[in-house]
Amino acid sequence: MNRVQQRESEAVRNDSREYLTFTLGEEEYAIDILKVQEIRGYDQPTLIANTPPFIKGVINLRGIIVPIVDLRLKLNLPRVEYTPFTVVIILNVAGRVVGAVVDSVSDVLRLTPDEIRTAPEFSGAFDTRYIVGLATVDDRMLIVTDIERLMRSSEMALLDEAVEQEEGGA
Amino acid sequence: MAIDMSQFFQIFFEESEEHLATMESLLLELDVAQPDPEQLNAIFRAAHSIKGSAGTFGFADLAETTHVLENVLDRIRKGQLALRADMVDVFLKAGDVLRGMLAAHQGHGSSDPVAVAALCTTLQQLESGPPATVAPAADTPAAASPSEDSVATMGRYLLRFVPTAHAVTSNAIPQLLDEWREQGTVEVLRQPLATDDDLTWEVRVSTSQARSALSEVLEFVAESGRWQLLDEGAVEQAAGFGLFDAGEQITAVESVVPDAAGGIEEGDGFGFFSPLPELTPPTLLPSSPASPPAAAAGRTPTPPVPRRSKQGGSADSSIRVSVEKVDQLINLVGELVITQAMLLQSSLQFAETLPETLHTGLIQLERNTRDLQESVMSIRMLPISSVFSRFPRVVRDVSGKLGKQVELKTVGEATELDKGLIEQIADPLTHLIRNSLDHGIEMPEARLAAGKPAQGTIFLRAFHQGGNIVIEVEDDGAGLPRERILQKARERGLPVSDAMSDNEVYHLIFEPGFSTADVVSDVSGRGVGMDVVRRNIQGLGGRVDIESEPGVGTCMRVRLPLTLAILDGMSVAVGDQLYILPLACVLESLQATAQDIRTMGNQTHLVQVRGEYLPVVALHEMFNLQSAWQDFSQGIMVVLDADGVRVALFVDALVGQHQVVIKSLEANYRKVNGVAGATIMGDGRVALILDVTAIASMARKEIKKSRMGGG
Repeated sequence: MNRVQQRESEAVRNDSREYLTFTLGEEEYAIDILKVQEIRGYDQPTLIANTPPFIKGVINLRGIIVPIVDLRLKLNLPRVEYTPFTVVIILNVAGRVVGAVVDSVSDVLRLTPDEIRTAPEFSGAFDTRYIVGLATVDDRMLIVTDIERLMRSSEMALLDEAVEQEEGGA
Repeated sequence: MAIDMSQFFQIFFEESEEHLATMESLLLELDVAQPDPEQLNAIFRAAHSIKGSAGTFGFADLAETTHVLENVLDRIRKGQLALRADMVDVFLKAGDVLRGMLAAHQGHGSSDPVAVAALCTTLQQLESGPPATVAPAADTPAAASPSEDSVATMGRYLLRFVPTAHAVTSNAIPQLLDEWREQGTVEVLRQPLATDDDLTWEVRVSTSQARSALSEVLEFVAESGRWQLLDEGAVEQAAGFGLFDAGEQITAVESVVPDAAGGIEEGDGFGFFSPLPELTPPTLLPSSPASPPAAAAGRTPTPPVPRRSKQGGSADSSIRVSVEKVDQLINLVGELVITQAMLLQSSLQFAETLPETLHTGLIQLERNTRDLQESVMSIRMLPISSVFSRFPRVVRDVSGKLGKQVELKTVGEATELDKGLIEQIADPLTHLIRNSLDHGIEMPEARLAAGKPAQGTIFLRAFHQGGNIVIEVEDDGAGLPRERILQKARERGLPVSDAMSDNEVYHLIFEPGFSTADVVSDVSGRGVGMDVVRRNIQGLGGRVDIESEPGVGTCMRVRLPLTLAILDGMSVAVGDQLYILPLACVLESLQATAQDIRTMGNQTHLVQVRGEYLPVVALHEMFNLQSAWQDFSQGIMVVLDADGVRVALFVDALVGQHQVVIKSLEANYRKVNGVAGATIMGDGRVALILDVTAIASMARKEIKKSRMGGG
């Protein structure tokens, strides 16, 4: 208890930030909690034609139309199921509301900039451009992700300008 | 004690804007050679109202400038000064300056004191005589001009009020009396001295103004709730009834208000009302608004004897409400519609067991919701005249600058459309009109040489067509120069060919940076504008079409959706998905037989509908869905009219008709080809609204492809 308090006050001093962590397959990711609007269950979205498969469609979130992206499909995870326990993280990025489907949400953590180390160059499902760094908490490795940058990117095809880039490249 | 005047500033600003707008439109209508006295009076009244309220609110600069303007106008309407065309220009200019001053008072921009001073000098020169007194009409009691032509609409009112401290210090009351005096007669029955305990004024006014106009003024100058406005419409008869004592006569009136009208008739003196400091209404006149709540609502109460002048009729039947409130209401009603649809849909599951009363209740609810929705939506609908009214000025100014003679004719000003659209359509329309003035209408000599009257005409029309509102800007000018546009397009490196259709060529003028003008003027020629026009209009969900004939004229046709928020839709099913078609585009639906279906180039399918072959667009192919049917004869063909192009859309089934609230897909996602928007269905799920125009153009492309493939 005391230790936690101490840790927290220390963390505040070091201008730490809170992160939401979630799992995708075997990996654990952390995103800035200030980008998260809410967490909800998965509803069958309405299909949008001629979109990449990881864009599941749109849902009605209390009167607004919100696109749903399945990050598991984006990462080519082998096992993608939709159960009553499937979780959608509703994100507030780039002035928009976007839902991201993940395997599960695990934790809310405080991380100081010191705790986040630069990630090595690697070829993963995400371009390292979207990786802020790696953090280790209790022997778990967290991939700290710039979710806003990822969602804005052309490969997500969520925004008009991004789409144009993609079409231009194709 | 003193009420905070600043809370009324916004109303003052809005009203002054309206007065200025009225003045401007009247000035533009004015026939300089033979001005209509009614119009002159109306212009004068507008200027006067601004002066009056500017004085009341302590905007001295505004009041002074309007005062000078008013003096000139007054002499003109009295026939002491002949109206000249250059005067109208100066008056219009004055309106602009006043508008600038108003804006400065509202905190945006600053007014130019030099321009104001110059204007005042010009106006005084126009007046070309000794500056008139503060209230010129005071010399002629029972002001000749308005009373002569409006005797029939004169109303008599007894006014009792306690002025606010601010109104006293700013000397607003004498100004007010002057104002009324110019529009009728004023009789001051009681004027409190500064030392009096009871500060109640009593004034009898005979005026052509509407009761509501008086009560509005009173609301400004009087302490909140401490005023009375009694209708004495039938006072001529009442005076003889002997009911009223010859009340106290105010002897000091003449000295304090030197130009007060004479003619206080002894027997008329309504002393009946004299010592009533609490402003309790006399029991004989129970309907007078005396209690504070009634006075607060004082704009709308029905007068006991409704006597309204022609001008004031609409003022008391409307209220000002902020747009946010209306939008909030619309959003709430939108949600209500969704909830209602949801209830109805879930009730269908229990169709057998549903109690009769519940069923009737739901039906009733549906009807009421729909009516409510319609009424709420109509709040936002405004006549397009509010946009059109600014164009006479534009045409006048620009044609003057260009040395052209142009007349603007407007048709369909009463056409209503959404307030949001009205605000955003003004700029594109201004561009189109300037474009017509600059490029369309020729110089007078050229027109005469072409056998046309020297004066060009621009028609501005608005009308409803289907679910759209159409606004046309048509000129009888030279038409669009096809060759020249092509040449310019080639210079700019645009992909063009001589084989392009006229329509395609004309649409090149909407390309960014495109201009055929040789000289860049301040009217147009920079090539910005038309592309902005198209973008703005597309942003509103509309389109621009061009029709043009060399030597005859050009017609720019803007098509806009009626409202941005609600759509009458037909839902269709494809596979397990539901889509909404705008009902306005649906002509009919039918089940085709196998022999009605033909192919072209072995790719494109055509369906024969009453002897006509229409291209078939299969929605499941377009959207890569799994159709429930194997061939076209099993599902339903929905014949769509997309801007004159007819196509048959093949769907699995028709589901129903709904009014849907249009939600943006682009707010959180992006534009999807073939989809105009989204909506939320009764069960809370999202359905996409199809973009019929895009579907039709896809069909056209298909046909072109197959033609090329076949030929």
